[in-house]
Amino acid sequence: MIKVDHIWKSFNHQTVLKDISVEFEKGKTNLIIGQSGSGKTVLLKSIVGLLDIDKGEVKYDDVVYSKLDFREKKEIRKKIGMLFQGSALFDSSTVEENVIYPLDMFTNMSYEEKRERANFCLNRVNILNANHLYPSEISGGMQKRVAIARAIVLNPEYLFCDEPDSGLDPITTLRINNLIKEITEEFNTITIINTHDMNSVMEFGEKIIFIHIGQIWWEGTNKDILHSENEKLNDFVFANHMAKRLKQI
Amino acid sequence: MQFFYHFGKYVILLTKVFSKPEKSKIYYKQTLKELISLGVNSIGIVIIISVFTGAVITLQTAYNTENPFYPRYLIGLMARDTIILEFSSTMVGLILAGKIGSSIASEIGTMRITEQIDALEIMGVNSASYLILPKIIASVLFNPLLTMISIAIGVFGGWIAGTATGVVSSEDYIYGIRFAFIPFYVTYALIKTVFYAFIITSVSSYYGYFVRGGALEVGRSSTKAVVYSCILILLFDVILTQLLLS
Repeated sequence: MIKVDHIWKSFNHQTVLKDISVEFEKGKTNLIIGQSGSGKTVLLKSIVGLLDIDKGEVKYDDVVYSKLDFREKKEIRKKIGMLFQGSALFDSSTVEENVIYPLDMFTNMSYEEKRERANFCLNRVNILNANHLYPSEISGGMQKRVAIARAIVLNPEYLFCDEPDSGLDPITTLRINNLIKEITEEFNTITIINTHDMNSVMEFGEKIIFIHIGQIWWEGTNKDILHSENEKLNDFVFANHMAKRLKQI
Repeated sequence: MQFFYHFGKYVILLTKVFSKPEKSKIYYKQTLKELISLGVNSIGIVIIISVFTGAVITLQTAYNTENPFYPRYLIGLMARDTIILEFSSTMVGLILAGKIGSSIASEIGTMRITEQIDALEIMGVNSASYLILPKIIASVLFNPLLTMISIAIGVFGGWIAGTATGVVSSEDYIYGIRFAFIPFYVTYALIKTVFYAFIITSVSSYYGYFVRGGALEVGRSSTKAVVYSCILILLFDVILTQLLLS
């Protein structure tokens, strides 16, 4: 379990996260939703430790992660897989080299074993015959899938996705979403996804937290969201006229 | 105040860079890659610049010493000492600051803004050490070799220009470059080169590593990396000259 306990984060005297407390459970897809600038990415980066928090605690299975130093954090980070908004693939390495990289760094596998594991992960995300291509030579959707393959290559316990759907068409978005959901169930990971894609929210939001001006404004499931009376949440989720009409129906 | 802020950040970065590597085999491979990228790929420019500068130094020395009281072999001697003492270490250092420094700052800066460095950190890799240490080691090892090449090519360039234009005979030039040779001058040049290699790679990495923003900021940090590397090279030129030659 990941437990976020009363965390605060400010940049240059501007408070971005205000007293956030939430728990994320194993085997569930947890979504963090909210408008641009609401603090979603800051929250996600604070949970993974890319940003230091000002107050509060982040616990990974009773270990107070936010208080550990770099060397101690490393042990937990080896159990983390993360999909970045822009994929963050190493652009001067091929697809295969990108996926092999964590194995190179943290295992003593032979080259053949590493290749086998990388190919297994690439096949799992439906990337075929692209091993020797560079990230710039494949589409955005493929880049996301390669990034997922790299994130799962070490069998992570925690999977973080920062806007996995940004810049993708609706069909590719659906594929990526389904893939993340399948991987969450298959690997029994704690998956936390930052998104403002409403299809993702309705499709697989087992736990959703809505962030507004740096605070948790609402918490529930994708089923609860349809009946919510929270004004800010409704403004965000049912932003267009068609969605508003659907809500009324 | 800004100076102390940046200096402190630079020192903290260096402590991260020189911490124990995760897997020495990977670092070894990275260092070999950097030796080619930063070292071997710089041989061409060093040769071109050295041959022409050696030629110009010889011609200028010849035209400024057209006095019958000066023996002609002094042209070779002065060309040799200028090349060893200042050109092949400091001038080549400044040129490499432009070539290698901008490349390092833009490479690391691009990795920063495209979240590749964050990806490394999330995996549990010490990104500062993984990205910067191999560059420092490669440059510190290879730049002295570049200096030696530059000295040899520069002296050779001087001989070509001197004999081709007839300002000095081949015998006089060769006698001059062998006359009153002080081997410590070469050691002095190599010591300076090692310092410059460290300055270029670490300062450029610093500017790339802490870049924030987008493509424009990467460009700016790359320019800053070159400018500050050059200033520090010139500052250390004065300090090391005073320390080593006084």
